[in-house]
Amino acid sequence: MADEETKLTLIEKLGRVDRRIIFLVMALAVLIPLLVHYTTTIPASPIVQNLFDKVEILPSGARVLISFDYGPSTAPENQPMATSITRHCLEKNLRIYMISLWATGPRQAMELIDEVIKPEFPDKKDGVDWVHLGFKAGGQGLINTLLADFRAMYTTDVNGVSVDKIPMMEGVTSLKDFDFIYCIGSGQPGNKEWIQFAGDPGHIPVGGGTTAVMAPQLYPYYPKQTVGLLGGLQGAAEYEAALIARYPKYGDMSRVASEKMGPQVSAHLVIAAFIILGNVTFLIERRRRRKS
Amino acid sequence: MFTSHLAAAIGTWIAGLLTLMIFSFLYKDNPFYKFAEHLFVGVSAAYWMVVGFWTTLVPNLIAQLWPSHMGNFVPSAVERRPDIWYVIPLVFGILMLMRLSPKANWLSRWAMSFVIGFAAGTNFTRYIQSDFVSQIYSSIEPLYTRGLSVMGTIGDVFSKVIIVGGLLSALIYFYFSKEHKGTLGRAARLGIWVLMAAFGATFGYTVMARISLLTGRMDFIIKWIGGIFT
Amino acid sequence: MGLILIIAMFIPHDPFFDMDRKFSIYYDVIAVFAFILGGGNLLRVHLNKVYQKRTDWKYSIVTVAGFFLMLIAGLFKLGVHAYVQEGVQFSRWAADFQGTESLFKYLYDCTFQPLQSTMFSLLAFFVASASYRAFRAKTLEATILLIAAFVILIRPTPLGYYLTFWLPDPLAFLRVGNLSTWILAVPNMVGQRAIMIGIALGIVSTSMRLILGIERGYLGGES
Repeated sequence: MADEETKLTLIEKLGRVDRRIIFLVMALAVLIPLLVHYTTTIPASPIVQNLFDKVEILPSGARVLISFDYGPSTAPENQPMATSITRHCLEKNLRIYMISLWATGPRQAMELIDEVIKPEFPDKKDGVDWVHLGFKAGGQGLINTLLADFRAMYTTDVNGVSVDKIPMMEGVTSLKDFDFIYCIGSGQPGNKEWIQFAGDPGHIPVGGGTTAVMAPQLYPYYPKQTVGLLGGLQGAAEYEAALIARYPKYGDMSRVASEKMGPQVSAHLVIAAFIILGNVTFLIERRRRRKS
Repeated sequence: MFTSHLAAAIGTWIAGLLTLMIFSFLYKDNPFYKFAEHLFVGVSAAYWMVVGFWTTLVPNLIAQLWPSHMGNFVPSAVERRPDIWYVIPLVFGILMLMRLSPKANWLSRWAMSFVIGFAAGTNFTRYIQSDFVSQIYSSIEPLYTRGLSVMGTIGDVFSKVIIVGGLLSALIYFYFSKEHKGTLGRAARLGIWVLMAAFGATFGYTVMARISLLTGRMDFIIKWIGGIFT
Repeated sequence: MGLILIIAMFIPHDPFFDMDRKFSIYYDVIAVFAFILGGGNLLRVHLNKVYQKRTDWKYSIVTVAGFFLMLIAGLFKLGVHAYVQEGVQFSRWAADFQGTESLFKYLYDCTFQPLQSTMFSLLAFFVASASYRAFRAKTLEATILLIAAFVILIRPTPLGYYLTFWLPDPLAFLRVGNLSTWILAVPNMVGQRAIMIGIALGIVSTSMRLILGIERGYLGGES
């Protein structure tokens, strides 16, 4: 009887544990795998593989618009996506046009240029193989403008060079001149706006990646309105896996998302344990209340 | 000056300390957290203003109205002719700023009307096309697909029945003009179950998203503290 | 305005096409004034707070100081130098305000970026706390939500693999990986689609009310 009372008190205690203990457990669940470099690989799911295959079949020289619609707050999820798609596009000799609907996007694009494009693809030239056009305000209004008249808003690139003097801008007058639009989004405006204001009215193939928060909401657009979707860090890791499977030479450098999946996995296990523990204590307390 | 090693080191320390100040909120609310929070508010408001000014206002408004005077700021603009139509957004923009004046803030309604009218006009057509017609079109698919195995066919048919039946049930749940009783009530209940599955998936992915962001910050802290000792 | 844009969808020729294009550009430009309005409003609120010495007024000084520091660094392109491109000299005013050597970029990297990232990462802790303290299978509906979330959560983990890898091929659809993909592609997609259709109908009716002048709440009350 005394043991049962002690056990019940323990259950009650577990059900009311200070949230700072939970915070500490969570912090350790993320910190320890980072310190021991625990990584994991995840094979590409159909929705990610579809996106990869779409980019894979684009012919050399095809125009790909990449929109950096995120900022530093979601860079841990979105930046690996940008890195993988850029490597894939430049490997395929596709021409990359970088723009942004978010004011914080250009900094992310510059980070990509400095850390991936310039060191890994020194033969690819600014203005010939890739161009950074920067941010313009307006959100969905901007997409609407670009669909009708691209050069009305983008008169120069970020360095102030007139678009008339940029070789790869020749023949680009509207979004319809692009072969694929890839949006790396994290909210509004983002993937949804690109589908609504560019993909559907302009009949332009749209795909992309988004934060895990937004990903489930974009599933209704797949596969007819978006060719594929990378959902969060897991999606980025899946795309990396698809890239490495097709181009093994990226095996060593293209594992940023996969390396971050280690803490992800341990934190998921902790959350799953919390859910189970929380419900077990709840069920035991409910049974005790019903008995009494 | 801002690219020197010393500047980079100072910058890293500032970033690290601000990170710890924000994390201190997990223990309890404190002056360090409040300081960092208020700093963030001020810095982010100015950031958006500056970016908007240099990326859109200067090249897409001022340089369109007075291109010959903007050679120093937008070199390619000197070759252009002034486009007088850009007076319209200039006027509406100034009207919008009137919102700050207690006496003249009624003038900002004109600018708001333009913005709201534009949004209403574009959203009307885009939402019908992308979020209504296309969604219904995507839901109506052939029940039977050739070429699949027996288990594959059973699974495929089951999934498509869920898609059509689940969608109708969930839409019935959102129909509040009639009381949810009898057959309507049972269909609405099924709709709730489908919505719960969607919310569960959203929750699972939300957890993933938040953990990814935490991983990023923890990675920075490890590198910062590691850098101190190496 | 709204009517012209709707008509432009059905008659994509001049003058409607040209009006659609022009109005889109004007909207983009006016959006920047909204940023300036936001900044101005922020200043007004916080300066007022300092002047009236309301609660936490000292922190408002921090807000205003941070605001002006970032604004001056960006507007005046502090730290940015003149440059040469293809043999032509360009003034510092034509250079990128976010260039490597700019004070604006430096402030962004050491204040804005870490602050924004850390603010968002706090949510991971609160999600963990909510999972433990609030996420209860009290009803059938809550249980469905819990099961769906649980399957999605354990998918990338070894637990997810070892729990169901042993299932024979005819039951492969019940393996956690396949089940998780199915939950996202079918019930999640259906639920999100229903919500999307509902929202679309709401937006269409609200847009019509705005265009016809029935809805005037955005004007801020009767004049």
